[in-house]
Amino acid sequence: MAVLGIDEKEYFASGHRACAGCGEALAIRHILKAAGQKTMMVMATGCMEVVSTPYPETSWELPWVHCAFENASAVASGVRAALEAKGEHDTNVIAIGGDGSSFDIGFGSLSGAFERGTKFLYVCTDNEAYMNTGIQRSGATFPFANTTTSPAGKVIHGKQEPKKPLPFILAAHGAKYIATASVMNLFDLNKKVKKALATNGPTFITVFVPCIPGWKIDSSATIDISKKAFETNVYPLYEIEDGVLKITQKPTEKKPVEEYLMMQGRFKHVTPDIAKKIQEYVDARMKFLEENDGKKIFDTLF
Amino acid sequence: MIMSERKVISGSDVMAHAVKMCRPKVLPMFPITPSTLIPERLSEFVFNGELDAKLIHVESEHSAISALYGVYATGVRSFTATASQGLALMHEIIPIVSGSRFPAVMAVANRALSGPLNIWNDQSDTISERDQGWIQLYCENNQEAFDTLIMAYKIAENSKVLTPVMVCVDGFYLTHAYEPVQIEDQKDVDEFLPEYKPLDFLDTSSPKTFGAFAQPNSYMDFKLEQEIAMENALKVISEVNSEFGKKFGRTYGDGLIETYNTSKAKVALLCLGSVGGTIKEVIDEYKKKGKEIGLIRLKSYRPFPTEQLKKVTKNIKAIGVIDKHASIGFGGALTNDVKAALFGEKVQIESFMAGLGGRDIDRAKIRDAIETMMKGKSGKWLK
Amino acid sequence: MAKEKKEVVEKKDTTKVNASGIPLNMGAVILEPGSTKKYKTGEWRTFIPMIDSTKCIKCGQCWMTCPDAAIFKAEDGSFRINYTYCKGCLLCEKVCPVKCISHKVEEK
Repeated sequence: MAVLGIDEKEYFASGHRACAGCGEALAIRHILKAAGQKTMMVMATGCMEVVSTPYPETSWELPWVHCAFENASAVASGVRAALEAKGEHDTNVIAIGGDGSSFDIGFGSLSGAFERGTKFLYVCTDNEAYMNTGIQRSGATFPFANTTTSPAGKVIHGKQEPKKPLPFILAAHGAKYIATASVMNLFDLNKKVKKALATNGPTFITVFVPCIPGWKIDSSATIDISKKAFETNVYPLYEIEDGVLKITQKPTEKKPVEEYLMMQGRFKHVTPDIAKKIQEYVDARMKFLEENDGKKIFDTLF
Repeated sequence: MIMSERKVISGSDVMAHAVKMCRPKVLPMFPITPSTLIPERLSEFVFNGELDAKLIHVESEHSAISALYGVYATGVRSFTATASQGLALMHEIIPIVSGSRFPAVMAVANRALSGPLNIWNDQSDTISERDQGWIQLYCENNQEAFDTLIMAYKIAENSKVLTPVMVCVDGFYLTHAYEPVQIEDQKDVDEFLPEYKPLDFLDTSSPKTFGAFAQPNSYMDFKLEQEIAMENALKVISEVNSEFGKKFGRTYGDGLIETYNTSKAKVALLCLGSVGGTIKEVIDEYKKKGKEIGLIRLKSYRPFPTEQLKKVTKNIKAIGVIDKHASIGFGGALTNDVKAALFGEKVQIESFMAGLGGRDIDRAKIRDAIETMMKGKSGKWLK
Repeated sequence: MAKEKKEVVEKKDTTKVNASGIPLNMGAVILEPGSTKKYKTGEWRTFIPMIDSTKCIKCGQCWMTCPDAAIFKAEDGSFRINYTYCKGCLLCEKVCPVKCISHKVEEK
């Protein structure tokens, strides 16, 4: 059964304890609809793992395993090898981690799984901070964002470092399919997940997922902020398929970055000076994407 | 197919042979001295088509134990090996494997923990993990290493146990020393160790959740379940030891403790692992001179065989424990466990710290310990 | 054969339960998929959204956007809110293209 061409079945049951309006919950709901029943999930410690498995209840309608914070990719390598040993070659293996797990503490095991060519899809649900532990900065935190460990202070105004370019790092490993996606286009997310799962080898999708308490936004703002992030080029949507970069969707009208920043409490300290720096940062990254759109920027090694 | 043969072979090599015969299907491996030959030999077996298993050459020991977790979650028998810093890096996941009741088997080539860096043998690595819910079995020689590896799977996978096992062998003394070992026939091992048939595992036709979070209202009960399983393990280890004896003609004491010359002895030394061999030689020397000294070699460190230890030490007045790990701030870790087990018994127990960082424990040091106990003096560091 | 069968039945009936009534599955494995459906997150609500089904154009945007799968397709093809789970985030109201969803403070 389908609604709008999307599987009607829910693989992420209601009753989970995610915040009202949670972007991550919405993303996962749709990732699993794209994957279907023949899927095994590996999840890293984080918001989703905690809200979905308060023993003895579980939200998962699929086989699901969680081990620790930094090892979802290694566990996935084990799951995939065991499936192959059993002769079950057509089961999807999806590992999901937040940006904390993917960009930082789990970076090593993620790189290892990609280097080994483990056939799995790794999804990073990126809300740009360690949210489960109360909003601390991560390697994915957007520059100048206010977090508890990179506060908008009197001397230092928010996180000073740029966002780690994780999609490019993983593309450089030679993986055949890398993509960015956002909850503002759930049909696009569905398509990208299906494409990744049809690929023989490690694949990666990072999904833009607003966090209500972390970004200090209203629970109903999730989709609007994601749309704005796209329209201001803060979060561009692209694929790197067989090493070729392709921007998958372009805003019809590019908007200035202030329109995105002013929607969120985590940027409320941003002055015109800082906004200018952010605009330069966003423009430079978009320029790189536009200049290389359609070009082969990495070799694929599998 | 391995046919039964007697070979002069190193400990790590013969353990790799034992692993091969237990037919694991996936092998997550990462090398670290002195366990390295185990992943090397297993890789050779797989690359030569002698072992039907998937190798996962992970990028760290933390990922080795994590991948092992994923394999067991999917219901497949597996194995990994490590030592010292590698085991320390695995520490986060070690209690998760036991808490999840996965019957994994891991070989640990005992090596000193860093600070300063040291690649030689002592037991600081595995003794530091004694609280993490794994069964720990220690071996004196390469034959025992081979035999214990096979028994380990049978113990771990027993439905009343379902607890992972560390098979501990002293690094270099066993891993790199060549000894004659009886390598058994594959057919016999298959009869002794049946196929692994887990009850719960990741299965798309019956979706289950592994690794949920348990709140205060249930966590403690799961820990009690583990404790009960460890108590069951005391019996199962002995049963498997007897079964092994019936099948292959070799046993190790009652499976939990091995004694040597304790029937008339009033003074005994107690140890884990290969130093038992040296102690036996010294005991034979003393016997020639008409002096009866005993050896109590613990094979099972966890579960700790308290009742069995009380029985074998009933007529012993003084026990010198050879400690190969100092719980800094409270002395010999093994001694403290022995004292706790024998609390209330009329026996003097002294700690002899020896062999740290691979410093040789020669016969002179063993004699020193024995003389000290015979004179009723205090224990000391055998530097 | 009969003995084996009896053992299996015995095993199922004797799943341990602790003093708080929580089943103790070995290794804390959860055997019943989707069991969070027992937990009524609808009790979290402050605001309650309401769909005017006379104006609903059955586009499905609200169904797509609910993070809690608390919107379902009714027999007539229109979309309805499952108040057992609806947390009142009001994303459905925001994305509705014809603004047929409104909200108010829920009276409890």
